[in-house]
Amino acid sequence: MHPAFSVIFLTTLIGAAQGLFLALFTAQSYAAFKLLPQPDAHAFYGQGSLIALVLLVAGLGASFFHLGHPERAWRSAAMWRTSWLSREVIVLPGFMGVVFLYGLAHWLNWHPVLMILPGELPVDPTAILGVAGTVLAFALFVCTGMIYACLKFLAEWHSPLTVINYILLGGASGFSLAAAFAAVTAPELVSFLSGWAVIITLLGWVGRAASLYRNARLKPKSTLQTAIGIKHPKIAQKAQGFMGGSFNTREFFHGQSVEMLRGVKWFFLIAVFPLPLVFLLSGMHGGAGLLAAAFTVQYAGLLAERWFFFAQANHPQNLYYRCIS
Amino acid sequence: MTQLALVIDLNVCVGCQACVTSCKEWNTSGSAGPMGDQDPYGADPTGTFFNRVQTFEVGEFPNTETVHFPKSCLHCEDPPCVPVCPTGASYKRKEDGIVLVNYDKCIGCKYCSWACPYGARELDEQQQVMKKCTLCVDRIYDMTMAADDRKPSCVKACPTSARLFGDIHDPESAVSIAIRESGGYALMPEWGTHPANHYLPRRKTRIKIHDDELERADNPLKVDRQLPRPAMNEPTLDDVTTW
Amino acid sequence: MPGDNAPSPSVQEVKNTTCYMCACRCGIRVHLRDGVVRYIDGNPDHPLNKGVICAKGSSGIMKQYSPARLLKPLKRKAGAERGVGDFEEIEWDEAFATLAERLGKIRATDPKKFALFTGRDQMQALTGMFARQFGTPNYAAHGGFCSVNMAAGMIYTIGGSFWEFGGPDLDRAKLFVMIGTAEDHHSNPLKIALSKFKRDGGRFISINPVRTGYSAIADEWVPIRPGTDGALLLAIIHEIIATGLYDRDFLVKYSNAGQLINVKDSSDEFGFFVRTEVPTEEACYEPQDKLWWDRNTNHAVVTHTAGADPYLRGEFKLSDGTLVKPAFQLLQERVKDYTPEWASQITGIPVAVIRQLAHEMGVTARDQKIELPIAWTDSWGNEHDTVTGNPVAFHAMRGLAAHSNGFQTIRALAILMSLLGTIDRPGGFRHKAPFPRPIPPCARTPNDPRAVQPNHPLDGMVLGWPSDPDDLFVNDDGSPVRLDKAFSWEYPLSVHGLMHNAITNAWRGDPYRIDMLLIFMANMSWNSTMNTAEVRQMLNDKDTEGQNAGEFKIPFLVVCDAFHSEMTAFADLILPDTTYLERHDVMSMLDRPISEFDGPVDSVRIPVVPVSGDCKPFQEVLIELGTRLKLPAFVTKEGNRKYRDYPDFIINYETEPGSGIGFLAGWRGKGGEKFLRGEPNPNQWEMYQKNNCVFHYELPKSYQYMRNWNKGYLEWSQRNRITRYAEPILIHIYSEVLQRFRSAAQGKGLTRKPPEHLKKRIDTYFDPLPFYYDSLEAQVTDKHKYPLAAVTQRPMAMYHSWDSQNAWLRQIHTHNYLFVNTRTALQQGIADGDWIWIESQWGKVRCMARHSEAVEPGTVWTWNAIGKAAGAWNLTPDANESQKGFLLNHLISEELPSAGGRVSNSDPITGQAAWYDVRVRISKVGAGETATEPNTLPQFAPMQPYPGMKTRSSVLAYVGKLFK
Ligand SMILES: Nc1nc2c(c(=O)[nH]1)N[C@H]1C(S)=C(S)[C@@H](COP(=O)(O)OP(=O)(O)OC[C@H]3O[C@@H](n4cnc5c(=O)[nH]c(N)nc54)[C@H](O)[C@@H]3O)O[C@H]1N2
Ligand SMILES: Nc1nc2c(c(=O)[nH]1)N[C@H]1C(S)=C(S)[C@@H](COP(=O)(O)OP(=O)(O)OC[C@H]3O[C@@H](n4cnc5c(=O)[nH]c(N)nc54)[C@H](O)[C@@H]3O)O[C@H]1N2
Ligand code: SF4
Ligand code: SF4
Ligand code: SF4
Ligand code: SF4
Ligand code: SF4
Ligand SMILES: [Mo]
Repeated sequence: MHPAFSVIFLTTLIGAAQGLFLALFTAQSYAAFKLLPQPDAHAFYGQGSLIALVLLVAGLGASFFHLGHPERAWRSAAMWRTSWLSREVIVLPGFMGVVFLYGLAHWLNWHPVLMILPGELPVDPTAILGVAGTVLAFALFVCTGMIYACLKFLAEWHSPLTVINYILLGGASGFSLAAAFAAVTAPELVSFLSGWAVIITLLGWVGRAASLYRNARLKPKSTLQTAIGIKHPKIAQKAQGFMGGSFNTREFFHGQSVEMLRGVKWFFLIAVFPLPLVFLLSGMHGGAGLLAAAFTVQYAGLLAERWFFFAQANHPQNLYYRCIS
Repeated sequence: MTQLALVIDLNVCVGCQACVTSCKEWNTSGSAGPMGDQDPYGADPTGTFFNRVQTFEVGEFPNTETVHFPKSCLHCEDPPCVPVCPTGASYKRKEDGIVLVNYDKCIGCKYCSWACPYGARELDEQQQVMKKCTLCVDRIYDMTMAADDRKPSCVKACPTSARLFGDIHDPESAVSIAIRESGGYALMPEWGTHPANHYLPRRKTRIKIHDDELERADNPLKVDRQLPRPAMNEPTLDDVTTW
Repeated sequence: MPGDNAPSPSVQEVKNTTCYMCACRCGIRVHLRDGVVRYIDGNPDHPLNKGVICAKGSSGIMKQYSPARLLKPLKRKAGAERGVGDFEEIEWDEAFATLAERLGKIRATDPKKFALFTGRDQMQALTGMFARQFGTPNYAAHGGFCSVNMAAGMIYTIGGSFWEFGGPDLDRAKLFVMIGTAEDHHSNPLKIALSKFKRDGGRFISINPVRTGYSAIADEWVPIRPGTDGALLLAIIHEIIATGLYDRDFLVKYSNAGQLINVKDSSDEFGFFVRTEVPTEEACYEPQDKLWWDRNTNHAVVTHTAGADPYLRGEFKLSDGTLVKPAFQLLQERVKDYTPEWASQITGIPVAVIRQLAHEMGVTARDQKIELPIAWTDSWGNEHDTVTGNPVAFHAMRGLAAHSNGFQTIRALAILMSLLGTIDRPGGFRHKAPFPRPIPPCARTPNDPRAVQPNHPLDGMVLGWPSDPDDLFVNDDGSPVRLDKAFSWEYPLSVHGLMHNAITNAWRGDPYRIDMLLIFMANMSWNSTMNTAEVRQMLNDKDTEGQNAGEFKIPFLVVCDAFHSEMTAFADLILPDTTYLERHDVMSMLDRPISEFDGPVDSVRIPVVPVSGDCKPFQEVLIELGTRLKLPAFVTKEGNRKYRDYPDFIINYETEPGSGIGFLAGWRGKGGEKFLRGEPNPNQWEMYQKNNCVFHYELPKSYQYMRNWNKGYLEWSQRNRITRYAEPILIHIYSEVLQRFRSAAQGKGLTRKPPEHLKKRIDTYFDPLPFYYDSLEAQVTDKHKYPLAAVTQRPMAMYHSWDSQNAWLRQIHTHNYLFVNTRTALQQGIADGDWIWIESQWGKVRCMARHSEAVEPGTVWTWNAIGKAAGAWNLTPDANESQKGFLLNHLISEELPSAGGRVSNSDPITGQAAWYDVRVRISKVGAGETATEPNTLPQFAPMQPYPGMKTRSSVLAYVGKLFK
C-alpha cells in the first residue's frame, strides 16, 4: 500500500493521545487506591488531558487530508453497523469529548463525591469520566486496528496482532509521553509511569516482532493464477491496460526500493523499542530531558513504523497492475 | 432475486479496447461522469476508467498463449467494498445486485477501494469521489432507449461480442447458460466475494487426421497419372530392328 | 450516483454518418446534446459493423475536440526554416490565390512538376481525378507503401484480393488460416466474423512471428521468421500436390492449370500459352484461345471444349512439334524441391507442422464440402444446380505484403487457395464488388511521355494495371516518366505508385525536380516515410549553387492535414481540413469500396457538427481549385463554375456526360429509383441520410458465388458498367503477364526491352510461377551482424500516427517498447525494461525493451507509429510519445545499394515498400548513458503549437457539453 501521511499521523497521534489518557487515568486510579501519591491534579490531569486533546485534534486534522470531501466527513458516522471506519468516526469524537470533560473536571477541581464504593472509595465525576474514557480509548484502539485488521485480503494486517499492536504501541508512546510530562508536572509519578512505559514498550516489541515474524512467513493467497483464473505455472503480465498510471497504481504501491523498506524497518525497530527503553530506564528517576527524548524518539520511530505498516501490506489488486507496454 | 452481471469470453476477446473507450465515452457524459483525466496531453497522462483491458502471456515460447483480460467491477454478490464504507455511499442494490457509489455521499476516504481485492475502483482525481463500473445503470433501465440499446455501452461496442450481459440468477439467461456450458469461472474465489461477473476460458478446436485420409481412391493424382500415350507415328524399336 | 433509475440526461439528437477513425468505414450514430457530441455508437443497421464499434470509433469525441486540430490556414513565415513550424495565419482567399497562381503556371508549362500524394485517403477517386484533370502523372495514394503486393499479387492471379477487395467467408468456413495480419482494414467486420467463426466451432490457425490480437485467440499459433512465408506456402503447395489433396475439378474448369505452355527453350514463344484461332466476340479481353491436352481423345483441344478433360500433368508434343506442358505440370516441377524439410530450415517451423498444415487444409477442403441449393450458370453455359465450396478460408495482409518478396509470396498464397478450390465459393475466399476484375484489370496509364501536355488532362489513367512491357509509362529511352518511377522497368507492376520514394526522388532530381508537392493526409516526415531523419532534412534542403541557390530543392510544399502532425511543420502552406464529423464524404465504388460478399455497398458521411474554426474540407479545396484552374471536369464548356460545392459535385458529376455513372451508386435516377447507373438525383444525399448513409445492393443468390465464371453475374456486372467484359476470369496459376516481362528481359518478342542494367532483375523476379527468394535487404545484409528481423504491428486502439492527440486513446498507448523474445534478450544481457540500442545498417534508435514469450526468437517488434516528435500533435515536449516512445522507421532505408547504383527498398515487381525486411541487432545501452538523458534517440527540436490552435488543458472532464 502507498503510505499516506495523513493516516500515519492520524493513527500515531491519536494512539499517543489514547495512551496518554490511559496513563493519566491509571495514575489517578492508583492514586485513588492510595498506591500512588496524589499529584497536582490541576496541572497533571488537567494539562495532561489538554495535551491528549491537542494530539487528538491534530490527528483528526490530519485525517481530513485523507478525505476527498472533508466537508462531508460528518456523513461517515452513518454506517456504524458494518464499518469499523464509521465506528472510529463515532468513537473518536466521543473519546475527545470525554477527555475534554475529564480534563475540565480536573482543571476546575470539580470533585463532588457522587457515591462511595465499598472500601471507602469516593467516586467523583473524574472517576466516571476516566472509566468512560478508558473504555472509549480501548474501543478507539480496536476500531482503528480493526479498520486494517478486518481487511482479509491484506494478510499483513488481517490478524489480532494488528489491534494488539495498535493498543501496545499507542500505549507505549502515551505512557512515555506521560512519563516525560510527569517529570515536569508530577515528579512523584515519573518512575511509575516510566515503569509502565517500559513494560508496554517491551510488550509492544514482542507484539510487533511477532507481527513481523508472521508477515515474513505469509504466503499470498491470491496469485496471478487465481487473479485471472488460468492454471499455468508461468504467467506474466505484459500490459495493464494503461501506461501513465492510475489510482490503482498510485494508491496500492509504495513505489520504494526493497532497501528503503528494510532501512525503515530497522529504523523503527531501533527507534520504537530499544532506544526509548534506554532513555526511559535512564530517565526513570526524574530526567525530564531523557524522558522527553524517549518519547520523541519513540514517536518518530512510530511514524516510521506506521509507514512500514502500510508499505509492507501487499494488496492482491497489485497482481493486476504490474507491467506496462 | 436478480443479479445482473457481465460474462466475458476470453476465448474470443482480441484485446481491442473497444469496451474501454466506449465505457469512458458513455459514462463521462452520463450520470456517473465526468471521468476526469489529468495531463491528458502531457507526460504520463492518467484518468478515470471503469474498465481496463490487460494482456498476459501464459507459458513459454513456442507454447505461449496471449490472453487479453478485460476487467471492471465484478459486482460481487458478497461485496467486501460495501460494508466497510463509512457513509453508505457504496451500496449494493437489492433489486438487481448492482454495486454502486452515491457520489453525493462519498467522502473520498478510499477505504472501499482497499476492501476490493480486484482493483476495480478508481478515485476520480477531479471530483474526489470513488467511481467504478455502474453496469451502465443509466442505460439498462432507460425506457426512452430502444430495447436493443438498453445494454451496457461496453457490451454493445464489443466487436467480438465477448461481453455478455444478463441475470446470472436466472438459470435460463444467456449468461447462466454460458457459465454453465462453457466453464465460466469467477476471479479470486479464495476470498468468498462471489463475483457476479464471470469469465469463460479459452477453448480449443483441433482436427484429427487419420493416415488413410491421405490415401484415398479419389486422389486426383490417379487421374493424371497415366502419362499420355505417344503418337502412333512416333519412332519405336519397330523402326530399327527386326530381331 | 444521483438517483438510480433516473433516466439518462436527455440526448437531444441522433445523427447517422460514417466513422473515419480508421479506414474501415463503419456506420455510426452520433448522439448530440445541445449540439455537442455526447456519445458515438455503432449503427446497428449498418451492414459493415452491425452496431459494434471499436476503441478508436468510441473515442471520436476526443478527436473532434482535440487541441491538436489545425483551425486556420497557415503560411510559413518568410525566412523561417522548414520543420521549425514558424507560421502566420492567413485567410482562405490568399491560400487559394497562391495555389491557383502557382498551379496555373505549372500546368501551363510542365504539369509533371506538380505532384499530389495522398495517404490514408478514402477519396482516391476524386484526388486521382484531380491529378489526371490537371495533367500530371505524379499522383499516388498510400497503396504503394501499404499493401500493393496484396492487391497486385492476388489480382494478377485470381482477379480479386483481400484488403478492401475481398475476404474470407468465415460464416461457412471450417478452417481459417490467417497469415501476417494484426488488424487490417476490415477491423470490426473481421472481429465480428472471427468470434462467430470460433463460436461455431471453426478451427483458427495464425501464422505470424508474433502472437497478439487476433493471433491470441487462434487455436494454433505458428510462429514464422519474417519474410519466409513464400517458402512455407510453396512447401504446403508441394505437400498438397504430392498427396493429391488439390481440387482437380476446380482447377480444370476455373484456372489455367490445364492450359498448355510452350516449353521449347529456343522458341520466341517459350513460356507462353499456345494459342489457336477461335472465333471471338468483339472487344474480348482474354480470348479463350488456349489449348488443353484432352485425356479422352489424347489430343490437343481448345480450352474448355465441351466433353474434354485435360491432363494436368505430363509433357506433350503438338502436331507442329512444339513441346508443351500444362501449367499445373510446371507448377509441380517448380515446387518439387520446395519440400517441408527445405522450408523448415528457412521458416523455423518444424517439418511436422508444415505437413500438418497442408493436411488440415487439404483434408478439410476435400471432405467437408459445402453444397448450397443455388442454381447458377457458368460462363460456358453449363447449368449447375448447386454452388459448392471447400470450407478453408485464408486471410493475409501486410505480414506478407510488406516484404520485397511479397508479390511472389502472395502469388503462392493465391495459388494455394486455388488448388484447394476456394475462390469465390462458400467457406473460402469471396469477392466484393466491383471485384473480380479481368486479369489484369483494364485500366492503363499512358505508355508514352507525350501523354503529359501543358494545359491538358493526362491522356490515360494516373494509375493502372500493365499487362505487358508496352504498357509501361516510360520515356523512349526506357527511363521513368513518373517522379516515383512507378510503371517503369524498375517496378513494372507498381499499380499503386511508390509514394515512399517521392520525396527522395524529388530532392535528388532523379528522375527530375518538381515545383510543388501537395501532401494530403500523409505524415511523410514521420511514420509513413522510411529513413525519417534524413527525409526531414531533404524537405528542408536548399540548393547551394546554380540559378536556384538558396531555394528549397522541393520549392513549394503544401500540406492538407487536420492535425498538428510532424509533416505540417515542413509545409510552406497548411490547409486545415475538417474532421469526419464535419464534412460530406463518399465511400465510392470508384474507389476502394466497402462492398459485402453479397453485393456492392457504398456509403457517405454527412456533417453532424458545424465546421470548426476556419477548416475547410479538402474536397471543397479541390473543387475550388479545379474550378479556378478551369480543369475540364469542373467547368462548363464556357469555362464557368460547374459545381457549387462538393455535395453538388457528387450528385451531378458523371464519368462522361450521360454515362449515369457517378461517385454514388445508390438512389440514382431523377427520383432515386435507379441504382448503380442512372441520371443524377438532386435528392441523393437526403436519400442516403434516410438510409443510414449506406447503399447496399444485394445480388440475387445465384450471382453471389463463382463470380469469375458466373455468366449471370458477369453479364449483370457488364450491364451495370461495373465491367466492360463479361468473359470468364480464369485463375492464373501460371502468369503469362510476368512471362511477357521476363521474355522481354531475355530479348525475345516484339515488345519494349528493359534497359541493360535492369535486364537481370526483370529476368529473375518476373517468374511466371511463384518462387522463394531472400528479401532484397537480406541479400545485402550480413545476417551474422544483424541477426534479427524487426517488424511493427498495428495496435487496435490507435490509427497510425493520428491518435496520440486523442486524450483517451493515448492513455492506452502512451509510448512503446521493443518486444524481444526473453531468451534472445537474456543472451544480450538485456533485462525486462532495459534501455537498449536497436541498430540496422541504416540507423540506430535508443528505446526500451520488453521481454516476451509471444514472439519468435529471431524477431523483434513494436507497435507502429506510437513514437512521436517532441511537441508534435500539441503534446507537451516531455510527453511520453517523444521521450519514451520511438519510431522504427529511422532504421529502415528507402533505398538499397544495388549493382546499378541504388534501388528502392521495395518489391522489384510492384514497388511495394519493404517495411518488414529490415534486419537489426540489439544491445544494452552503456552504463551511465541513460542516467543523463533517460529518453529515446534520435530526438528533434520540439515543435510549437501553431497560431489559431486551441491551448491544451492540463485537466479534462468531458461531459458532452463543455470542457470543465
Ligand atoms: N487499429 C488500426 N487499424 C488499422 C490501421 C492502424 O493503424 N490501426 N492501419 C490500417 C492500414 S493502413 C493497414 S495497411 C492495415 C494493415 O493491417 P495488417 O496487415 O493487419 O497490419 P500490420 O500491423 O502491419 O500487421 C502485420 C502482421 O504481420 C506480421 N508479420 C510481419 N512480418 C511477417 C511475415 O513475414 N510473415 C508473417 N506471417 N507475418 C508477418 C506482424 O507480426 C503483424 O502481426 O491496417 C489498417 N487498420
Ligand atoms: N514502420 C512502419 N511504417 C509504416 C507502416 C508500418 O507498418 N511500419 N505502415 C505503412 C502503411 S501500411 C501506411 S498506410 C502508412 C500510413 O501513413 P500515413 O498515411 O502517412 O499515416 P497517418 O499517420 O495515417 O497520417 C495521415 C495524416 O492524416 C492526418 N489526418 C487525419 N485525419 C485527417 C483528415 O480528416 N483530413 C486530413 N486532411 N488529414 C487527416 C493525420 O493528422 C496525419 O498527419 O504508414 C506506413 N508506415
Ligand atoms: S471490446 Fe470485446 S474484444 Fe475488445 S477488448 Fe473488450 S471484451 Fe475484448
Ligand atoms: S469487484 Fe470490487 S468494487 Fe466491485 S463489488 Fe467486488 S469488491 Fe466491490
Ligand atoms: S471512498 Fe466513498 S464510497 Fe469509498 S468507502 Fe469512502 S465514502 Fe465510501
Ligand atoms: S457496464 Fe457500463 S460502466 Fe461497466 S464497464 Fe461496461 S460500459 Fe463501463
Ligand atoms: S473500425 Fe474504424 S471505422 Fe470502424 S468504428 Fe473503428 S475506427 Fe471507426
Ligand atoms: Mo496501410
